[in-house]
Amino acid sequence: MLNKVNLDLPASPDDIAKLAIGSIVFLNGIVYTAREGVYNKVLVDGRELPDDLTSRSNVNFHCSPAASKNENGEFHIGGVTATASFRFSKYLAQWLDLTNTKIVIGKGGMPVNDYKNILAPRGAVYLTTVGYGTGALLGRGVQSVDAVHWLNELGIAQALWIFKVKNFGPFLVDSDLQGNSLFAQQGELINQNVEGLYDGLKEPALHRYGETGNRKDELM
Amino acid sequence: MTKPVLHLQPRVKTMISNATLEQASYEIMKKAAIDIPEDYLAGIKSVAAKESEQLSGFVIKTMINNYEAATEDRRPMCADTGLPRYYVKVGDHARFDGGFTGMERAMRSATARATIDVPLRPNRVHPLWRTDNNNNVGINSPEVEWSFEPDADWIDITTVHKGGLFGTDYRMLFPGDGIDGIKRFLLDTLISFGKRGLCCQPAIIGIGLGGSKDTCMQLGKQAACLRVVGNRNPDPKIAELEVELKDVANGIGMGPMGFVGSSMAVDLHIEVGHTHTGGMPISVHTFCLSSRRATARIHADDTIEYRTDPMWFTPYYRRETVIWENT
Repeated sequence: MLNKVNLDLPASPDDIAKLAIGSIVFLNGIVYTAREGVYNKVLVDGRELPDDLTSRSNVNFHCSPAASKNENGEFHIGGVTATASFRFSKYLAQWLDLTNTKIVIGKGGMPVNDYKNILAPRGAVYLTTVGYGTGALLGRGVQSVDAVHWLNELGIAQALWIFKVKNFGPFLVDSDLQGNSLFAQQGELINQNVEGLYDGLKEPALHRYGETGNRKDELM
Repeated sequence: MTKPVLHLQPRVKTMISNATLEQASYEIMKKAAIDIPEDYLAGIKSVAAKESEQLSGFVIKTMINNYEAATEDRRPMCADTGLPRYYVKVGDHARFDGGFTGMERAMRSATARATIDVPLRPNRVHPLWRTDNNNNVGINSPEVEWSFEPDADWIDITTVHKGGLFGTDYRMLFPGDGIDGIKRFLLDTLISFGKRGLCCQPAIIGIGLGGSKDTCMQLGKQAACLRVVGNRNPDPKIAELEVELKDVANGIGMGPMGFVGSSMAVDLHIEVGHTHTGGMPISVHTFCLSSRRATARIHADDTIEYRTDPMWFTPYYRRETVIWENT
């Protein structure tokens, strides 16, 4: 059976150190969303972080909710799903330093070198969403919208949302404080059989760049 | 003098109203976002039964819980509600109010309404300026693809909500590349997008073969999104190839999220189109763990019937004969 952990937020250094890759995690407390729109606003345009963000939450979710606003100005959060995190690699070191974020949640993990060089040295780990379509289960876990920042400037998908969550999950621990990665380990196991899949299949008549890295090569 | 008795006949409506088209388009937006089609659910359950790896099994089980939560709560199964778009089939004898542009207007309005009400994520932005109308309507979107059907007086409207960043590729192969070339390209595509589960497998895989570049892409996408799990191509040799390639996909050794497993494909569909004599263009598409589609048939009497099988690939649609008799 896979190990299951309930984590109260903000997560303490001890709790984070105990997270083992491949464990199932459910969260209780405050998480915030930030992806390229927010990263650009703060790290590139130099805008100030919302006042209380760093004191209230140390969990950054790479997420855009399916949400709308009703006539009373209240938010209706339908589904909640992560977006692929590898695209945000270039922002991460600076972002973790600025916000003191210790848990990054998203889709599909980040390159293992980012764990070794960026997350682990800062005492941070990565959790991945499961299957990537668990919008309804995660939507259930959002108890309320605590605040939303830059909604008009960035739109619903890119705004910085602060969610109060309960029994929010499941997530899987992808990286630990040693910089190990579940995705990388699983990928290596699959890679052992990959060459064999092509046994006996003849080469294509016309190759593509990518199959050869040298743009001076002929492709035929 | 006695008045003549008027025998009033019940009035039968024979005109489809624009309001009904709008309502049907709105309802399928909702149904697609929330309720997993039964064919996909049965398919994923049979894939789950064969999955012996613990992590992969856990992921599929969680997804099945998620479909139940979505239907129970009436909330979208996945927050990436994709790029909502429409496929419309109009019977030759369908009569409807407002013309074709009126129907397109109805579908745009339904998309905007559903975006607020379901809610759908307002995914549609300008490709350069990234500006968002916050309603999934914009320049050239939602896309509407049209087809026609002989001997019919109804209109079928199907919506598909498919994410769009990963899991699709195109390549020009040549006749000499043969089945080997198809297998190789399928493996390349599934391995590259399957790692870390970026294409959200297990998927319904669609392969387009032939046509010109653009129709090759269209056929492959329609093969993935508009045919139900278990459906086979009417050409028995292509049907055989569908099963063979599905086994190739599931033999990669990969499951959901790119974990070790045997669950890459819930099914695999191939659609073909006659192509240039020198080439064999191929496209591969993956319709994800949240394979969202819903169809409404609007009958001539202005009533609506809902289903999850688009029934898009009719004999007429495939046009296998030179003349139009094959209906």
